[in-house]
Amino acid sequence: MKGDDDSISRRELLKRAGAAAFVPVGALVSAARPAAAPPSQGPVSITREPLETLTMAEADALEAICARLIPTDENGPGAVEARAAHYIDRALGGALKSSRQAYAAGLAALDAYATASRGARFAALAPADQDRVLQDVAGGVAPGLPNGTFFNLVRAHTIEGTFGDPYYGGNAGFVGWDLIGYPGVRTIVNADEQRLGSAARTNHKSAYDYPMFTRARD
Amino acid sequence: MPTRLKDTDVAIIGLGAAGGVAAWPLAQAGLQVVGLEAGTWLTKKDFAPDELRNNYREWPQAVQKAQHEVPTQRVSAGAPTLRAATHPMMNAVGGTTLHYWAQSWRLNPWDFKVVSETTRRYGASRIPKGSTVEDWPFGFNELEPYYDKVEYEIGVSGQAGNIRGRTDPRGNIFEGPRAREYPMPPLRGSGFTDMMATAAARLGWHPFPGPAAINSRTYQGRSACMYHGFCNKGGCHVDAKNSPAVTTIPKAQKTGRLQVVTRAHVTTIEVDRDGRVTGVTYVTDGVEYFQPAKVVLLASYTYENTRTLLLSKSVAYPNGLSNNHGQVGRHYFSHNQQAGVTALFPRNLNTWYGLPAQGMGVDDFADDNFDHGPLDFIGGGNLWVYSDRRPIVAASMNTFGKAPTWGSAWKAFIKENADRTNTAYLQKTTLPYEDNYLDLDPVVKDPLGLPVCRITANYKDNEARVAAFIQDKMDAWYRAAGAIEVLRGPLGVMGPTTHAYGGTRMGDNADTNVVNRWGFSHEAPNLGVLGASVMGTSGARNPTLTAQALAWRTAEHLVNNWKTIAK
Repeated sequence: MKGDDDSISRRELLKRAGAAAFVPVGALVSAARPAAAPPSQGPVSITREPLETLTMAEADALEAICARLIPTDENGPGAVEARAAHYIDRALGGALKSSRQAYAAGLAALDAYATASRGARFAALAPADQDRVLQDVAGGVAPGLPNGTFFNLVRAHTIEGTFGDPYYGGNAGFVGWDLIGYPGVRTIVNADEQRLGSAARTNHKSAYDYPMFTRARD
Repeated sequence: MPTRLKDTDVAIIGLGAAGGVAAWPLAQAGLQVVGLEAGTWLTKKDFAPDELRNNYREWPQAVQKAQHEVPTQRVSAGAPTLRAATHPMMNAVGGTTLHYWAQSWRLNPWDFKVVSETTRRYGASRIPKGSTVEDWPFGFNELEPYYDKVEYEIGVSGQAGNIRGRTDPRGNIFEGPRAREYPMPPLRGSGFTDMMATAAARLGWHPFPGPAAINSRTYQGRSACMYHGFCNKGGCHVDAKNSPAVTTIPKAQKTGRLQVVTRAHVTTIEVDRDGRVTGVTYVTDGVEYFQPAKVVLLASYTYENTRTLLLSKSVAYPNGLSNNHGQVGRHYFSHNQQAGVTALFPRNLNTWYGLPAQGMGVDDFADDNFDHGPLDFIGGGNLWVYSDRRPIVAASMNTFGKAPTWGSAWKAFIKENADRTNTAYLQKTTLPYEDNYLDLDPVVKDPLGLPVCRITANYKDNEARVAAFIQDKMDAWYRAAGAIEVLRGPLGVMGPTTHAYGGTRMGDNADTNVVNRWGFSHEAPNLGVLGASVMGTSGARNPTLTAQALAWRTAEHLVNNWKTIAK
């Protein structure tokens, strides 16, 4: 039943996006059947969507940041499978347009710092080195990236892209909601579903899978 | 020259919580009413359960007037001026009642008599230094019939705690005596709120479900609440949230005597040589209109009420409309509702669904419900816990020092704890002070080139002491319920908020108040002001129902005295 919910909703999403060719296959499998598939701990194979706002170099860096902020690990899929970077790429052309310049400057400064301090662009570093670079960026130590402002911006957007409604291009396969045990968007909740020790059945639906709602600008 | 429109009896500026209620008794009484609203209509199809849009981005409204008029703020006259990124209010027919929490409290009797009751019980020296607080010009019993009308007309669910002096321990035993039950039973409890009620009772306190302008059952043909979890800054997809947009405004429209004008951006109220109000100037899509009216009711919001008056300068009122006594903008305060408390439990709380109004309150430490003799403050706070969580905010939870803020260890922490935390809502007594006020910002302007409102205000010792006292109580309540970690938030500053009071205070003395006991200007007799801007005390609870009861009372006074006021 869970798989059915997932596939219906995914079909809806793809129809809306008109981008059936860009299914992140790995994410779909691991999200829809978390119990059956062994947890993936290494880098996952993800088909990246065509870019809407970011340059390829920026997107490489952002994907790598997302992978370290919410890693794919023994607790299951992370921000990469959720397609948080895709969410951000889309939003930077719309609702988050005012942050576009901050990403351009921030990602360039990040790559420059990674190269200066670790010898390669951020995306090309080993995960442990990436973490050290991110610690410096978060701590305001890296040149051109003061006060952790850029780190906090990317962290907030990565959380949005991992735990937000899939309508906006992230939380693919509902991996973010499954991670924290959110049972899903519904329009009616009964008393039993609010009792301690009981949980509502997982409902893999976007708000806009309910036809009564006017779609948001995305 | 603005286009002059057809005359009307009453022009209401703003069809939100207060103006949207006042329109109904006026239209019902046969008066012609024009409601000027900056926003547009929104309906339930616009209210998707979408956390990203509702809580992190702009709402679906077509008009973002408030967002262009965010007040500036500074903690004192000499301090740097800051400006928040967003305004907490919204523009639409129904105003912010479309996405508010809908907690619909009556003030307690003490809130009307802070000065005299404090003096009687503890001595005049206990009124905090520098405070400009006054007793209201009337007591709780004067407002009770209007609370009752609003509760029944728009629909408020709740459990009575005192009916004509007979207390009922299922409700708030500290509330003022009410004439009758609420029209609907309270919203149901959740497993979490029931757990908190048990803990409060164990402490010897008196927990009760709070009142909400939300249907607990079908009411006046509208659905009961669906508890779906998107009420916090979300509109209702089944019209169970009783905004004036689905209650009093449509009722008034059905009389044929309320004309709703949307996208009307009001700039000034006009007056004649004698100082009487003649009508309202507004702009729609760059075109200026003048709406003549025999009476004007200003019902925008606290910041905009003051701003509109100060921008309406004339020969009769050189310092702004109704400001010849220099009182417009004075006695401002925003509710002491920060200094929250957040707890971590060793079990899932299952609060993914529900709504902020589905909660459990404790009033044992509110107002003067306890002895302040040995304490160093007056007033108190309402403790409120509720069932309300969505995934982005859950993933953004505080890690209580137990995990970093990113990476695998963080991910493991939120996987385990995303449903194990709760933050209480603690509303506390806030007083007006001599040096807390609103005026016009000398630099920052809106897109029409008009100055925005400026807040000069800060919390004082009394507010800080109440906050610390209430945090102690909340800490104890959470721990009694099994919390393993408890964190306390800071007091914060008086920035723009949904609970903003004063600026056009109500009182008998024209030297210290802008409007009289009926809500009409002491200076311009055919100008009324609606909203929490007329309130001189906050109590320890949300202001909306009181603003609505006052609005109804002002409207009824206008109907009963039409010939005198309208001339």
